Amino acid sequence: MSIDGKGTPPVLEVDGVSVSFGSRNILHNVSFELRAGEFTGLIGSNGVGKTTLLRVILGLQPISTGSVRVLGAPLSKRSRALGYVPQKVLLDPDVPMRARDLVALGLDAHKFGFSRRSATEREKVEEILVAVDAESFADARIGSLSGGEQQRVLIAHALISSPKLLLLDEPLANLDPGSVQEVVALLHRVAKDHGVSILLSAHEMNALLPVMDRIVYVSNGRVASGTTDEVVRSDVLSELYGHHVDVIQLHGRIFVVAEPGTSAEDVPEHPRYQVD
Amino acid sequence: MFTGFMVNAWQVGTIVAVVAGVVGFFVVLRGAAFPAHAIPNGAFAGAAGANLIGLNPLLGLGVFSALAALGIGGLGKRGRPDVATALALVLMLALGAAFLSQSTQYEPEIYSLLFGEILGVSSTQILPTLLLGLASVLAIAVLYRRLLLTSLLPDVAASKGVDPYRVDVMFLLVVGLATTMTVPVVGALLIFSLMIGPPAAARTLTSRPGAALWLSVSFSLLTIWIAIAASYQTNWPVGFYVGVISAAWYLAARTYVRTQSFLVLRRRVI
Repeated sequence: MSIDGKGTPPVLEVDGVSVSFGSRNILHNVSFELRAGEFTGLIGSNGVGKTTLLRVILGLQPISTGSVRVLGAPLSKRSRALGYVPQKVLLDPDVPMRARDLVALGLDAHKFGFSRRSATEREKVEEILVAVDAESFADARIGSLSGGEQQRVLIAHALISSPKLLLLDEPLANLDPGSVQEVVALLHRVAKDHGVSILLSAHEMNALLPVMDRIVYVSNGRVASGTTDEVVRSDVLSELYGHHVDVIQLHGRIFVVAEPGTSAEDVPEHPRYQVD
Repeated sequence: MFTGFMVNAWQVGTIVAVVAGVVGFFVVLRGAAFPAHAIPNGAFAGAAGANLIGLNPLLGLGVFSALAALGIGGLGKRGRPDVATALALVLMLALGAAFLSQSTQYEPEIYSLLFGEILGVSSTQILPTLLLGLASVLAIAVLYRRLLLTSLLPDVAASKGVDPYRVDVMFLLVVGLATTMTVPVVGALLIFSLMIGPPAAARTLTSRPGAALWLSVSFSLLTIWIAIAASYQTNWPVGFYVGVISAAWYLAARTYVRTQSFLVLRRRVI
């Protein structure tokens, strides 16, 4: 087990993890670590195994080789150290639940029976709703909320059990650019205020550049990890992709561009999709 | 109307309505209307089979509704749940047809299993109905929060060690339990309407889960009470009234919500 400077184990250690579905290798010998309080982007185009990797960390996906440790302990299904915000939740507009009901469920869904929630518990719900700027729609039906609002409610739901590591699967997909900025700023603030490490998957890294401490870049089932400067370089990414790519910096934004003639399918987010 | 055999009808009807209101709330929330249709129909085949070999129909109902629940849950894990449900339903109905063809002398009983005979409930049926009803409601109370979370966020539930598949099978077994007690009373075809109409109406009217649950039970109680009274007065089957009133709740609730939002809009415009 590796120990960081303060003598505490890393929040997450992924060591030599491989996953295959039948004969297809989804992840191949993936290793990286997350340290306390860091904001990490899990970057790669669609279908490279980001969701699979998150499911491995959550204990929902069996692995063929390797190990995952959370706070220095082997993964157990009931780990309370993890919070999870899944990708694209489709909520029936008629679901009889307010935003605050879903958040409160994050506190006690594992408990049997239903007792009235105590004053302290209700206060905690209120606090977390304020922390994610959701108090204005706390009493609205969850199915009637916009994508960005639902995202904030799901973040509150995940945060209320005081996890040490928050995993978010593509929380920025399907949001308009304004909401993307809001959610990123919110996560950054929450990470600092609550001492939570964040691992967020995205197919586009530019929105995350100002807040990202580290990057885990995924392609072809393999990863490169480190700071943005260490990873997002032509030589590192070319090796990861298996063919030459250029890394272009433009007005503080980064574009990964394949050589002409190379199949573009591996390259995350073509520049022409960039919207400012 | 409140004496003699009618006392039994009121008592059993009340128990059935509470169970249908509670279980139905989660049937609608989980999108399980199709299994809730298939399980009572499968249970009906079980009762027909038990009749044929001279066993207590309640035993046949219980065994077949449990088998239907496990079959739907088990097959639905890998494949498409709707296909699993349809195949379980078809298999049960086929068995029911076979059993029926062999036992023509029980036609009135078969008819009552399909459409109910609440006005003919005997006092010996009250205790078993009450016990099975209590068991169903208790099971829902114990699983309450798990049912909510797995309905809305199955992956999040799984990451917290709450297996959505296990919760689903347990829920289907509760539907089977509720079915076992209610089929002899309101019939296989009509317990389904009582499990869908009132809860669906309730959830359009309120966004609070607890309030929606109480409203669902209230609508369900009103449905069965009105149905029993109307059936007593008119001699039309209870099932007819249960089906019509259940659907009416939903239409009325939708209309009310639409009118409300229309009025709010108009007020804003003016």
